[in-house]
Amino acid sequence: MDTLSDLATPLTMGILYGGLYVVIALGLSLVFGVMNVINVAHGDFVTLGGYVAFVAVTSLGLDPILWLIAGIPLFFIMGIVIQRFLLYRAFKMSIDAALIIAFGISLIIQNASQLVWTPLSRSLMTPYSFKSFQIGEVYIPLVYLLDFIAAVIVMLVVHQFLKRTYLGQAITAASQDRQTAELMGINPAVVYQYAFGIAMALAAIAGVFLGLTFPFNPTSGVRFLIIAFGVIILGGLGSMVGTFIGGMFFGLSQALGGYFWGPTGQLLVPFLMVLIVLTIRPQGLFGR
Amino acid sequence: MALNNVSFELPSGAIMGLMGPNGAGKTTLVNVICGFYKPDSGTVKFQGRDITGIPPHKVCRLGIARTYQIPQPFGELTALQNVAVAGMYGRGVGKSAAESEALEVLKLTDLADKKDVPAKNLTTITLKRLEVARARATDPKLLLVDEPAAGLNETELPHMLEILAAIRQAGVTILLIEHVMQVMREAVDTIFVINEGTPIASGQPDEVMKDKRVIECYLGEYQ
Repeated sequence: MDTLSDLATPLTMGILYGGLYVVIALGLSLVFGVMNVINVAHGDFVTLGGYVAFVAVTSLGLDPILWLIAGIPLFFIMGIVIQRFLLYRAFKMSIDAALIIAFGISLIIQNASQLVWTPLSRSLMTPYSFKSFQIGEVYIPLVYLLDFIAAVIVMLVVHQFLKRTYLGQAITAASQDRQTAELMGINPAVVYQYAFGIAMALAAIAGVFLGLTFPFNPTSGVRFLIIAFGVIILGGLGSMVGTFIGGMFFGLSQALGGYFWGPTGQLLVPFLMVLIVLTIRPQGLFGR
Repeated sequence: MALNNVSFELPSGAIMGLMGPNGAGKTTLVNVICGFYKPDSGTVKFQGRDITGIPPHKVCRLGIARTYQIPQPFGELTALQNVAVAGMYGRGVGKSAAESEALEVLKLTDLADKKDVPAKNLTTITLKRLEVARARATDPKLLLVDEPAAGLNETELPHMLEILAAIRQAGVTILLIEHVMQVMREAVDTIFVINEGTPIASGQPDEVMKDKRVIECYLGEYQ
């Protein structure tokens, strides 16, 4: 009985902060879905989102979640500009060229962040940073619950957007078959722009919840990029439900790994899971 | 990708067959017309306008649609959504208008009862009609139909031909790419035959099929 109630803490926490991974992975898979380009800078966009929120908190005294009212449109526009003037030009040459540009963006963000914000770890401090709530015997940090709520809201909004809106249908169509989408009059350049803009807006959101949940530094992006990969592999590319479950699953195995084997087990266990899923079900748990 | 010396005209309102043995360049020709391939030389003119090298989405909006021999549906979208997307972007109408028009097109192609089924769950035969429905929904003036008969049996084939006839009745010019002689005889006014990118015959279906060069190049396949 003791072990069970002990386990309840990592189980709940893992599922809850898995929500953060869902939001990160969603942006990565959205861009991959339409462009077939792995945006290796996505993790760095997330940390950039964290840093910009850090500025909003420390110098403007804003609540980081409130800051998103400005942060989401800011990152959305940034995404459209980057796609239009940088990535798409390379993409027209080849997917490899776009990948190299994305690598370049990643390096620039990492190094610029070191210059501006120093290599020290930062986190977003708020009055509720150390608050926790109680379920039965278990105390859970409030920010983990916020991660989960954010993931649910983001999933629902993105899902409804893709399903119900004019633009959303174009993105959905293009992510399933780009050539055919073009035949139906869909301009791929426009779809890429909006998809990238949305992915950046998701990075802004992920950055804030990352900063609330874990300390981050200029190179954290790489780690979260790899985690997002893991989540997508677990859940299955192209499946939004899969990404959601994949994120929870990743968080869960990370928390359990940490519980049984300490910090070294934290990422070992989830990536072992990824390997197992790749072997048994390469299309992912919910993949097509 | 290799095509050579092809040259033909398709009068507005006509229905013409495009024939040729495997590798003759039929599909390449379609890809050039709808903008996937840009020819090194030569021009594609549509309604008197040079459209050579215009990207596919613009070609679509100018009024050229195509279907694929092997259906390429948006698998996760329902039949209705597949057709509605074509209307939304191919013609630039709003989402709800595109959806109600899509329903009409689904009725025309006998797919109305499948409207809420995700395309990935439809049979190949049904998808063949969905290809036509989706192309129709872009409101084309010219429709390029790539082997509509392939994979259809004797009862399904007349059905497909009826649908194409109805589309033509509505004033759409059709270029039909087909191997099956019976389809050509029933469906088209004239046939244009190419081999290795070069025209070898054109005219009424019956004449063309008696043409020595046509017979040679088709028989040549089996040698």
